[in-house]
Amino acid sequence: MIRASRLAPTALATLIAAFAFSSANADEVQVAVAANFTAPIQAIAADFEKDTGHKLVAAYGATGQFYTQIKNGAPFEVFLSADDTTPQKLEAEGDTVKGSRFTYAVGTLALWSAKEGYVDAKGEVLKKNQFQHLSIANPKAAPYGLAATQVLAKEGLTEKVKDKIVEGQNITQAYQFVSTGNAELGFVALSQIYKDGKVTSGSAWIVPSSMHDPIKQDAVILNKGKDSAAAKALVEYLKGPKAAAVIKSYGYEL
Amino acid sequence: MPLSSADFSAIWLTVKLASLTTVILLIIGTPIALWLSRTRSWWRGPIGAVVALPLVLPPTVIGFYLLLTMGPNGYFGQLTQWLGLGTLTFSFAGLVIGSVIYSMPFVVQPLQNAFSAIGTRPLEVAATLRANPWDTFFSVILPLARPGFITASILGFAHTVGEFGVVLMIGGNIPDKTRVVSVQIYDHVEAMEYAQAHWLAGSMVVFSFLVLLALYSSRKTKAGWS
Repeated sequence: MIRASRLAPTALATLIAAFAFSSANADEVQVAVAANFTAPIQAIAADFEKDTGHKLVAAYGATGQFYTQIKNGAPFEVFLSADDTTPQKLEAEGDTVKGSRFTYAVGTLALWSAKEGYVDAKGEVLKKNQFQHLSIANPKAAPYGLAATQVLAKEGLTEKVKDKIVEGQNITQAYQFVSTGNAELGFVALSQIYKDGKVTSGSAWIVPSSMHDPIKQDAVILNKGKDSAAAKALVEYLKGPKAAAVIKSYGYEL
Repeated sequence: MPLSSADFSAIWLTVKLASLTTVILLIIGTPIALWLSRTRSWWRGPIGAVVALPLVLPPTVIGFYLLLTMGPNGYFGQLTQWLGLGTLTFSFAGLVIGSVIYSMPFVVQPLQNAFSAIGTRPLEVAATLRANPWDTFFSVILPLARPGFITASILGFAHTVGEFGVVLMIGGNIPDKTRVVSVQIYDHVEAMEYAQAHWLAGSMVVFSFLVLLALYSSRKTKAGWS
C-alpha cells in the first residue's frame, strides 16, 4: 500500500504533464465549427494539414452553445460560426482578435427527403401538405432554422404546417430526423446532402436565396488564438482559392 | 413574471410525463422485481443486467436506438404503423416509452431490494395460514415492502424529470407534446436567454434537492447504523 500511495502522485504528475504538453503544442489549432460545416472542414483540414504542417482539431456543434462555451473559457482559437451575429457579438464584447472577422461561406437552404422523388424541384410538396412531419433546426438558435421559418412565411404556410414541425436542436439533428425517415422531409443545409455539384441521395428542392435572409457564416480568431501561427494560417487558408473550391463544391456561395 | 407561459407548459408536460412513467413502471416493475428477488433461474443474471443497462448506457445510445426502432423503417415503428398508430417518434407516447426504459432500474432495483429484505419466512407463515398468492402479495409483501415502493416512486419520478438526452433525440422539441423542462432550459441557453434559463434551472435545483431531502429524511435509521 505504501508503494502504491507513493506511486500515485508520480503517475498523476506524469499524466498532468502529458496533457499540459499536448495542449501547449503550438502547431495545433483548436477550432469550433458550426455543425453544417462539418463535411467541408474535414475535407479542408486534410489539405490544410498537408500544405501547412499545422494540425486542425475541430469541435462540431451549435453556434449558441459555442458562444456560451467561449464566454466561459473554452480553449477554441478559431470560431467558424453558422451566422454572422454571434461573431459580431463576440467581437463587440472583446473576445476576438480585432479585424479578424470575415465571411467564409454563405449557406444554402434545401428542402430534402431521404426518399427518391418525394420532393419536387420547385418545392410544391410543401403546399400539398400531405406529410406528417416537417423537420427544421431550432429557429431560435440556428440560422438555417430561422431561414426555414422565413421560407414557410413567404409561402403563406406558417399556420398550415405549424403542428407538423419537429425541431432538431441544430441542423445536424434536423438532418438526422429526415435521414432516419422519422420526418418525411425537412429543411437542411445543402452542404449536408451535396457533393461535387449534385444532391447525393434522396430528393431535394434547393431553396432560392431570395426567399430568406442570407445565411452569412462568419469566422473570427478568438483571444485564445491571438499568438497562434496555426490559427492565422487557418484563416488565411480559408480565404484562399483551394478552400474556396471545396466550400463551393458543398453548395455554399462565397 | 420570471417564467413565461411556455416555461409553465414545459413544467406541466414534465410533471405529466414523470407521473405517467412512474405509474407504468410501478405496474410493470413490481412483477419483474418480485421475480428477480425470488427466482433461482439461470435467467436472473441476464434479465437483471438488461434492467440495469440504462444506468450505464449514455442516454444518446438509448435515444439513437429508439429513433431507429420507432421510426418508419424500424421493427417497432412498423408494428405501430400496422396497428394504425403511426410512428411514435415526436409524440408524447413515444416519450413515455423512452422514459419507461430509461428510468426502469430506478424503480425495479429499490423494489427488488425491498422484496429480498422480506426474506422467505413471512411468506412461509402466510402459506401455512393458507393465504393464496394474491392474498400473500397484498397482505404481506405489499405492506412490508412499503418503504421500497416509496423510494422507487420518488426515484422513478425524479429521474424522469431529469431526463434529457433521450427526449432530445426522439422528441423534436414540440411545445405541449415533447418540450420538457430540461429541453426548454437547453433552448434558453442556446438562444442566450440566460435570465430565463436561470429561473428554470434554479427551480430544478430546488426541486431536486427537496425530493432527495424528502427521500433521505424519510428513511428510518436501521439498527446497527449510527
